[in-house]
Amino acid sequence: MGLIIEAIVTGILTGGVYALMSSGLTLIFGVMDIINIAQGILVILGAYLSYVLQQQLHIDLFLGLLITMPVMFGFGVLIEFVFIRPLKRDRTMLSLLVMYGLALVIEGVLNLIFSADLVQLQGWYTTASFNVAGFYLSYIYVFGFLLAVVLLAGLYWLVYRTKFGFSLRASMQNRVAAELIGIDVERVSAITFGIGIALAAAGGMAFGATNAFDAASSYDLISRVLAIIIFGGMGSLSGALIASVGMLVVEDVTSVVWSPVWASTVFFILLVIILVVRPQGLLGQAEVRKQ
Amino acid sequence: MKILKMVGVLALLACAIIFPQVFTDPTVTTIGVFTLIFAAVATGWNILGGYSGYISLGHIAYFGIGAYAMAIFCLHWNIPGGYEPFSLVPLAAVIAAVVSIPLGWIALRVRRHTFIVITIAMFFIMQLLAYNLIWLTNGSTGLGLPLPVSWGGYFYNYPFYYAALILLVIATLVSWWIRNSKFGLGLLAIRDDEDRALGLGVKTGASKLAAFVIAAFFAGAAGAIYAYFVESIYPATIFDPNFDVAVVLMVFLGGLGTLPGPILGALILEPLQQYLNLQYGEAGYNLIILGGIFLLVMLLLPRGILPTLQDMWTKYRSMREQESPLQAEGGIVITALPGVGRSTAGRAESAPTAIAPNQNEPGEGINV
Repeated sequence: MGLIIEAIVTGILTGGVYALMSSGLTLIFGVMDIINIAQGILVILGAYLSYVLQQQLHIDLFLGLLITMPVMFGFGVLIEFVFIRPLKRDRTMLSLLVMYGLALVIEGVLNLIFSADLVQLQGWYTTASFNVAGFYLSYIYVFGFLLAVVLLAGLYWLVYRTKFGFSLRASMQNRVAAELIGIDVERVSAITFGIGIALAAAGGMAFGATNAFDAASSYDLISRVLAIIIFGGMGSLSGALIASVGMLVVEDVTSVVWSPVWASTVFFILLVIILVVRPQGLLGQAEVRKQ
Repeated sequence: MKILKMVGVLALLACAIIFPQVFTDPTVTTIGVFTLIFAAVATGWNILGGYSGYISLGHIAYFGIGAYAMAIFCLHWNIPGGYEPFSLVPLAAVIAAVVSIPLGWIALRVRRHTFIVITIAMFFIMQLLAYNLIWLTNGSTGLGLPLPVSWGGYFYNYPFYYAALILLVIATLVSWWIRNSKFGLGLLAIRDDEDRALGLGVKTGASKLAAFVIAAFFAGAAGAIYAYFVESIYPATIFDPNFDVAVVLMVFLGGLGTLPGPILGALILEPLQQYLNLQYGEAGYNLIILGGIFLLVMLLLPRGILPTLQDMWTKYRSMREQESPLQAEGGIVITALPGVGRSTAGRAESAPTAIAPNQNEPGEGINV
């Protein structure tokens, strides 16, 4: 029983980190109607950036985010401007392929620079742990979760309480109408893309501090993150949060009571069941006919 | 014109048959085998993605199922290496098709983006199962297939080459038949406007599922030949996300929804990919170059080679003859009307009925 409770707690804590990655993805999908398949490799890129800052300049991982997140934000805006904006027709599919091409390039470059050896981010908190009510909790899980809470709170504030957030939600609801009432949808898209990538970088740091990774880890990440956003309902921020925590709790509990090998499979089976019952996901909106 | 086309197709087929006799170098014929296998997958995929417009990014899952079915049958029935395993290819393809029925039923309940993402997720589920169902798939240790010991030297690739060629011919014939059948017309209607198609009496659910299963069947057959050719299969090399996207890119490069497009795309892309792997795989540049080509193709030729050429040809013709831009050719209507609306303007070929009502609809002038 104790083990199960411990698994649930770890699941919730690591779920926060996945929420960072998937909220960026679902936001980009909601506003721009594109699936950013490169999110996985961008998470890894963020983790490598933190790694370089820490190894070369000895900057603390969490402080380093003050550098990596703005850099990745700029990178995201640049990607949107160079690769997404020129696509005028068939955006959904073409953007998917373009982002995949970009992911391949980034993966190739990362492999060249860092080779395929697994690395893990280090800090005093990555190995230390403390005792709560009989359980040992690693500091990094708690810190990563707190980071996720702070950033996601900031994201909610941005989306629901600011003028930019109104523009963003308007663009999500109806792109054409938003444009007609004078919202610069292109600008909103670029900024949203930047925010999504910056969140991926933060998630990458927390991921890299809890897991050993290399460029190929991105495939595993993107499959999980995509599964999370389908589960939660594509385009739904709250759905992504619930699904992230749910997925990690299910995985951790399965590895304790059954076997770690089947952890992700059980989640995927749950996903299929949800889709049979509710094709649009937990909090997703049913698709309406587009003219 | 029709006779000319027939002669052209037969000449191409003859070239394909003679090719390995002329270029006997095993490296070249190996690339030929891979190209034909992926051309068959792409042709099958085009029936779903090109005709019905449901872009599946997980069809390599059925390729993998076909490959594993082949390996497992060979092991359990102790099939010796030689020509016998080829007789199992249809069986492996049927297994892949049967598995695709429930999965397709689930995935086809949603449309557009969600469908794409669900197919990706299903692909990863299959990969996970290949890792985890150790009693069946032997996990990450992989499975071996019987070795055709009697085939040696340059002859080794020939049976695989011709098996893949036969598969490609069958896939192309099926694709051609569907393109000209009532079933295919229904699929095209689904692509242009699914709700309207349903309203007009197209059995959308059954048609979509049939296209899905046919695509899975050819992917499974190709996977079976592939598995026998590469001799040993592992979850990571069979359920490879790069295959998945490569197939989609082949179709997009050649021309989505056209009959020869997928083959053309495969002829260009697969040898290029193999060459890059051979040439730059050691140094690790292959991914960067491949990704770069990917980006260039998508940004410069987003509609694919054939539709772009067709467009240029239509423009040239209409400029010379001052005719209407609508050119009928062999029953297929090629539209090059600018600004007809998103759903039709982006496609090279669409049923004429789909264009007419759209032209006068309010709101079509607003193009995002």
